[in-house]
Amino acid sequence: MPHTDAATVALARDGDSEAFRALVERHSRAVYRLAYRMTGNAQDAEDVVQDTLLKAYKQLGRFESRANFSTWLHRIAVNCAIDMIRSRAHRESAHDTADLDMRHADQGISPGSASPERLMLSAEVQERVTAGMSALSRMERAAFVLRHFEGHSIEEISSALGLKTNAAKHSIFRAVKKMRLALEPLAGSTERLAGTKG
Amino acid sequence: MHLTDDELILHHYGERAPTDTAGAAAHLETCRTCGAAYAQLQRTLAAVDDSRPPEPPAGFERAVWARLQPELEHRQRTWLAWWVFSPARLALVATLALLVAGAFLAGRMSTRPGAAPDPVATSKVRERVLLADLGDHLDRSQAMLIELVSGGAGASGMSAERERAEQLVSDNRLYRQTAAATGNAALVTVLDELERVLVDIAASPDVASANDLEQVRREIDTNGLLFKVRVLSSDVRERQRAAMRLRTGQSS
Repeated sequence: MPHTDAATVALARDGDSEAFRALVERHSRAVYRLAYRMTGNAQDAEDVVQDTLLKAYKQLGRFESRANFSTWLHRIAVNCAIDMIRSRAHRESAHDTADLDMRHADQGISPGSASPERLMLSAEVQERVTAGMSALSRMERAAFVLRHFEGHSIEEISSALGLKTNAAKHSIFRAVKKMRLALEPLAGSTERLAGTKG
Repeated sequence: MHLTDDELILHHYGERAPTDTAGAAAHLETCRTCGAAYAQLQRTLAAVDDSRPPEPPAGFERAVWARLQPELEHRQRTWLAWWVFSPARLALVATLALLVAGAFLAGRMSTRPGAAPDPVATSKVRERVLLADLGDHLDRSQAMLIELVSGGAGASGMSAERERAEQLVSDNRLYRQTAAATGNAALVTVLDELERVLVDIAASPDVASANDLEQVRREIDTNGLLFKVRVLSSDVRERQRAAMRLRTGQSS
C-alpha cells in the first residue's frame, strides 16, 4: 500500500477496498478523538467515526487530490458530530455547576491536594479537565470545542449548531466558566505548571 | 472600569471588534486586577489545551473496518451480484419468490378482480420470509457464542471464529434491517446486541490472548446475550411451526 494518503486515496477511488481500509487504519483514531471531544462519550464517538468514514467513502470522488486527506476527513467528522449533536439536542438535559461540585466531592480532591510531582499534577489537571468537560451540556461542549479546539468563529458556530449568535456566545461563556470551576482547586498549581513549561 | 469575565473570554478568542480589542489590550497592560484575571483565564484554557481525550481501545481500527466493510460492499455490488454471492440470501430470495408466487396464485383463485391487497396478509408474508432464515442464523450465532463462552474456541487462534463472525455480522445486519422494516422492535434490540458482539469477534486479533477471550466472554455474559438469543431462537422456531400448522390447516 502506498505510504502517502494521496496515492492511497487514488487507489480507493478506483474501487480498491484494501486502500480504503488502509485509510481507515491510518485515520480512524484521530477521528475518534475529535468525535469524543465533541460528543463526550465513547458510543456516540464510535457512531460519528462510522458515519464519517461512510460519508468520506461516498464522497471520495469529490476529494481534490491537492488537498490534505486528514484535513478533509476532519471537516467531515466535525459535520457528522454536529449532525449528531443537533439531532440529539432535544433529549439533552444540561448538567449544571452543582453536578461539577458533586463530582469534586465524589473524587475526594480537595483544593490543597496538589501533588509536588509535575507528572502527578499533570494527571490531576487532566482529570479535572475531563470532569469539567463532562459537566458541559451537549451544546456547551460542541460550541466550546468548535471555538477552542477547532478555531471556528462564534458566527460560524451559531450557524452550524442552529443557535442564535447570543446563545452560542453564552454556551461558550458557560463552558469556560465550568472549566474554570473544575480547575479552580488547582489554580496555584497550574500557575506553577505553566511556569515550568517555558 | 474593569473588564467582565465574558469580555475577557471574547478578548482571548479575538471575538471583539477591533477598537474594543485595542482598548482591552491597553487596559490589561495597566490594570493589575484585570491582568491577573486574564492570566488566570489563559492558564485555565492552556490546561484544557494540554488535555487529551481518551484513546479508543486496542483493535479499534479493526472493529471499525468490520462494521464498515459490509456497508461498503453493499454499495459496491450490483443488487444482482449482492444476492447471488450469498447462499443465505439466495435462500431468502427463493423463499420470497415462492411466497410471492403462492400469494399470486391464491389471489387469482380467491380474490375478486379490483380488490385492494390486504395489508395484514402482506405483513404476514413479510414476517414468514423473515422467520424462514432467522432461525438458522440464530442457531449458528448461538453455537458460536456457546463455543466461546465454554472455552472451546480461540485457544488455537481466532481466525476461524473471525471468519464465521464476519459472515454472521453481514447476515445479522440484513435480518435486523428486515425486522426494523416489519416494526419488530424487540427483535431489532436483540439482533442489535448480537451484532455488537459479533463485530467485536470479527475484529479480534489472529492470536487472541487470554485477556481478549475473557473480554469477549464477559461481553457475551453482559445483559445475558446468550440467554436472549436462545429464547429468541426458540420463539422463532415456535412461530415457524405455528405458521406451518396454519398453512397446513388452511390447505387441507
